[in-house]
Amino acid sequence: MRDILPDVERWRARGERVAVATVVSVAGSAPRRPGAKLAVSEKGEISGSVSGGCVEPAVIETALQVIKDGKPQMLEFGISEEENFEQIGLACGGTIHVFVERLDW
Amino acid sequence: MSGLYEELKQQVAQERGVALATLVRSSSGQGIGAKLLVFPDKRFHGSFGFPELEARVVEDAEQAIWIGEPGTRLYTLGEETFEVFIEGFPPPPRLIIVGAGHIAIPLTTFARTLGYRVVVIDARAAFATRERFPHADELIVAWPDEVLVRMDLNPSTAVAILTHDPKFDEPSLKVVLSRPVGYVGAIGSRKTSQERNERLKQQGLTDEQLSRIHAPIGLNIGAKTPEEMALAIMAEIVASRYGKDRSAILDWSRK
Repeated sequence: MRDILPDVERWRARGERVAVATVVSVAGSAPRRPGAKLAVSEKGEISGSVSGGCVEPAVIETALQVIKDGKPQMLEFGISEEENFEQIGLACGGTIHVFVERLDW
Repeated sequence: MSGLYEELKQQVAQERGVALATLVRSSSGQGIGAKLLVFPDKRFHGSFGFPELEARVVEDAEQAIWIGEPGTRLYTLGEETFEVFIEGFPPPPRLIIVGAGHIAIPLTTFARTLGYRVVVIDARAAFATRERFPHADELIVAWPDEVLVRMDLNPSTAVAILTHDPKFDEPSLKVVLSRPVGYVGAIGSRKTSQERNERLKQQGLTDEQLSRIHAPIGLNIGAKTPEEMALAIMAEIVASRYGKDRSAILDWSRK
């Protein structure tokens, strides 16, 4: 949370809406621990990370949707190694859940 | 906007400790995204819409403030299940050193390097000087127990008692052991520690309280110099923060 705060504050000061994605659970090995966060501004700027790059594009897309409709979403990532090619997944094979919500609380 | 975010920010900035609980899943689909902000005295702001669930989450969240390890917990209420993500924001760890002697100097340096706020207290003005402790966040010349009694001593606080003098050490221990501090260590050999425990027991401290004292202070790494002793103490403080007892330290099979 502390790492994304300065950017979130800057966006909010400009009057932009913000979504925050949080890793809420991890099974197996995963690049980031529960609590890791990615913030996304209405204009698509980002701060922080939830996976070190592998799933960020999908999370950003969902975050922009959540900024519009205000409905929180739970995303699940992680697939077996043979399916990993050209699909969204974690390089190291774990499963993560990412909760995406609009910062309107 | 319910203002919880602003309150969270404020509480974190003021280094008071707080936990944030978010309802991330419910079997009925109701209440997802709802939040509780939980304070160290179990007061909370926000609502899940299920008072019974709130009571249970507040209980867990209050503990989580100090652990700072975020995670999702599962709750069942009748037919319904809920998943709640709880995140603690503990204040930065703080080390209070009672006794500004030769071990306190390297201990201050190690603790600062590891991100601890360091407070050094000693009644002897010749010891507690800025020249000796340029890196201490606070340097207090006063009777240690009188200072300690006015401080916010919480689970993010470690206290190392290093004066070697019962007239300072024992009143300090009595204050510290009546509070929920995360770590208490006191200098002295096994024999000294045992004798000190006897005296403290006569003054009304319980066995449970005395068992919280790490004594002889520090991990048994064979430390001889003040720097090595400071390292042994700091390593023990870190281990205790992560819930490792002395027997677990060399055992990689234990979490």
